[in-house]
Amino acid sequence: MIRGTVLIAQEVCKGCELCIAACPQECLGLSEQLNIKGYRYVRLIRETCTGCINCALVCPDAAITVFREPKGAAKKTLVVQPAT
Amino acid sequence: MQDLKPTNGFEEVFRKVQTLTDTPMHYCPGCGHGVVHRLLMEVVDEMKIQDKTVGVAPVGCSVFAYHYMNIDMQEAAHGRATAVATGIKRVLPDRYVFTYQGDGDLAAIGTNETIHTVNRGENILIVFINNGVYGMTGGQMAPTTLAGMKTTTSPFGRDIATMGHPLKITELVAQLPGAYYVTRHAVHTPTAVRKLKKAFRIAFEFQEMKKGTCFVEVVSNCPSGWKMTPQESNKWMEQNMFPYYPLGDLKVPKVRMN
Repeated sequence: MIRGTVLIAQEVCKGCELCIAACPQECLGLSEQLNIKGYRYVRLIRETCTGCINCALVCPDAAITVFREPKGAAKKTLVVQPAT
Repeated sequence: MQDLKPTNGFEEVFRKVQTLTDTPMHYCPGCGHGVVHRLLMEVVDEMKIQDKTVGVAPVGCSVFAYHYMNIDMQEAAHGRATAVATGIKRVLPDRYVFTYQGDGDLAAIGTNETIHTVNRGENILIVFINNGVYGMTGGQMAPTTLAGMKTTTSPFGRDIATMGHPLKITELVAQLPGAYYVTRHAVHTPTAVRKLKKAFRIAFEFQEMKKGTCFVEVVSNCPSGWKMTPQESNKWMEQNMFPYYPLGDLKVPKVRMN
């Protein structure tokens, strides 16, 4: 499975939870702390992110930057791992 | 858990476009305005027309749209955004002109301007955000408020007998010969967001071809005005708004896009 990750601008997030509902991997959750605006912001709670950008598409504040493992690299790790 | 930094060889697949400014948006949590702003600016960024695009901001929640869009913007009087856009487009015909209006602006005070602008077939894009209430002033009843829907000025629900039917302005506009491309979309799911972005792209391309008025309605939520959480408001929108305002194209030109 392709691995990905997200970087969330904590001070921009308003904690509307739309990205949590949109995430098919259920890897986003609300923080316990509050940000400067007084909202509980969204953060990664599981490492199951695939970089599908669904969260970033529905984010009204464009707070989410998405990264994904390059395709070639994913193949490489798949080939190398069984050999070792 | 710490958010992973991009230093681990991951490639960036999605980032806020530079056509959006870094100003934090003043919209309520979960409001659809932010998504529509971003999609418009993504299309402007994709087509590389940042220095050739002029937006017209309305009065309403999106009155500060000019703070968030990194393009030339003009603020219009309440409801008169399409009239201002007409002027801009006629003086500067090589610019891409769009108006960004809510339902209080476009469907209430600006109905006259909207209908006549579309009837003249001005080469502009009209973006219409329909959330069924006057969000900026505190959730009062708008022309697009659904029958039976409770707002601060219709506390017992909208009564059709005394307050009239919800105004389907997009259907109205689609009847006019000046309208070239009329469509209705939403921003509640990733799929809907992708479709809306495609619609904006098509509308800007039609404007380049000088075909006539493009009208894109976005059925959006208003968590504060409807007094719901963002997720509840999206569900309520699916169950109540979509049956009355069905999504899809209302008027599509016969030419095929590449």
